[in-house]
Amino acid sequence: MKVLVAVKRVIDYNVKIRVKADNTGVETANVKMSMNPFDEIAVEEAIRMKEKGQATEIIAFSAGPAQCQETIRTALAMGADRGVLVQTDAELQPLAVAKLMKAVVDKEQPGLVIVGKQAIDDDSNQTGQMLAALLGWSQGTFANKLNIADGSAEVKREVDGGLENIKIKLPAVITTDLRLNEPRYASLPNIMKAKKKPIEVLAPDALGVDIAPRLKTLKVEEPPKRKSGIKVKTVAELVDKLKNEAGVI
Amino acid sequence: MAVLVVAAHDGKTVRSNVANAVTAASQMGPEVHVLVAGSNAGEAAKSAAAIQGVAKVLDAEDAAYANWLAEDVAPLVVKLAPNYSHVVMAADSVGKNLAPRVAALLDVAQVSEAIQVVSPDTFVRPIYAGNAMATVQTADKIKIVTIRPTNFKAAATGGAAPIEQIGGTGAGGLASYVGAELSKSERPELTSAKIVVSGGRGLASGENFKMLEALADKLGAGLGASRAAVDAGYVPNDYQVGQTGKVVAPDLYIAIGISGAIQHLAGMKDSKTIVAINKDEEAPIFQVADYGIVGDLFQIVPELTAAVEKK
Repeated sequence: MKVLVAVKRVIDYNVKIRVKADNTGVETANVKMSMNPFDEIAVEEAIRMKEKGQATEIIAFSAGPAQCQETIRTALAMGADRGVLVQTDAELQPLAVAKLMKAVVDKEQPGLVIVGKQAIDDDSNQTGQMLAALLGWSQGTFANKLNIADGSAEVKREVDGGLENIKIKLPAVITTDLRLNEPRYASLPNIMKAKKKPIEVLAPDALGVDIAPRLKTLKVEEPPKRKSGIKVKTVAELVDKLKNEAGVI
Repeated sequence: MAVLVVAAHDGKTVRSNVANAVTAASQMGPEVHVLVAGSNAGEAAKSAAAIQGVAKVLDAEDAAYANWLAEDVAPLVVKLAPNYSHVVMAADSVGKNLAPRVAALLDVAQVSEAIQVVSPDTFVRPIYAGNAMATVQTADKIKIVTIRPTNFKAAATGGAAPIEQIGGTGAGGLASYVGAELSKSERPELTSAKIVVSGGRGLASGENFKMLEALADKLGAGLGASRAAVDAGYVPNDYQVGQTGKVVAPDLYIAIGISGAIQHLAGMKDSKTIVAINKDEEAPIFQVADYGIVGDLFQIVPELTAAVEKK
């Protein structure tokens, strides 16, 4: 079975982001970009399936500007077989990405799609569920453990009260949570090999998908700052402050 | 047009965050209805009817809704949605799983984790782990919104809304529920606790979390953790506070042995009072703490536990 994984290019998780002075968004010029960490987990899971003989081919999908090829190359260096980039400089929102992915899924016919549960830039947590809906497939969201057997997937999910086990029919969409696996680093030979792996570049129009944003961002602002606090020397002083100054105990 | 709140529940009562969702919903439209979908969810429907500001409760009974599989509940919400201006859910693990499936089936966008309702079509939501706030406007006819419960006051009880029984939509057969491994705890639930005691990598082992339990029990507090502590296996995943875990905003948050990565701060920096206990005086947690103590947590925590009065 083919497995499709989605990889998003986002500002690296170690970067302290800056809001643009004109409040139109977040500064992305000259900022380190990386693969969304949850998507690394998705790629890793697909590679492990291939190593176990459950996946025959891994396709890494991305959508966005030409630089997303670098993100796809990272997935290829980890072990994906080929890439598909839907290239556009337009703003892409989760529903549009889900529609683009659906068009590629219709073409490629994977048996499983694995995506990160959320991207650390817009924090939407939508695309996987939306894709499952558009395809009429089942969804195993916030996966902590994934087991494929007999045309179905057993998914252990991270939920509010702990863990939940569900069994879903394949084909399905899986969204990854943090504990699903620990992604590998690409080795230098694999990085070199990845340069030769093919990446197909498509245009949204060619897929017949309307990617117009549905949400209009009116402004982006800094969050309110907390006023700086104080350091206390002793536990007695802390308890006194909590009782008599903050009034919280 | 009315606003529909989709309520998660345990069969007996709706989750406490439904009362927060009702408050948010009442800022979006003139009338709030609550959907309680379940199998034998009559008691839960009654608890929804008791929330003030609710005009009507829809009780949809179907064996397929027993375990909240998104594949089976989404068609019900999609069927009801055209009668409403908005569909609102709390941004918990049920809402996050279900709402986007509903939105895509309706071909509309979703606003995730709104923290403020500016007007019925305009919302403020955090992005980049809360390091920026985006104000977004949606032009879709049906607006799908998940709200962050800690940013909306819980509506009071004492209401008596009528309950209407509606039919189910059946099971689609795509997914089935196998079981759950839920953490058992007598302590207050993390997201609604007035005080939260949270531990990080500095605890060094799961065994050492017992020390935090003693403090939490004395304060009547919920128990949380940083991602590092969960990844290290000290505590289960549902303890995680942060960008991708739970968001809490208690009156008092005590961060113990937590360095304060931005991903953790995203889940707790709206707390009223923050206390940090850490041996590294440069730890970023001190930048958001109202009160900090630099020192060895293994000495400070037992001392603190002894010094506070039992609640």
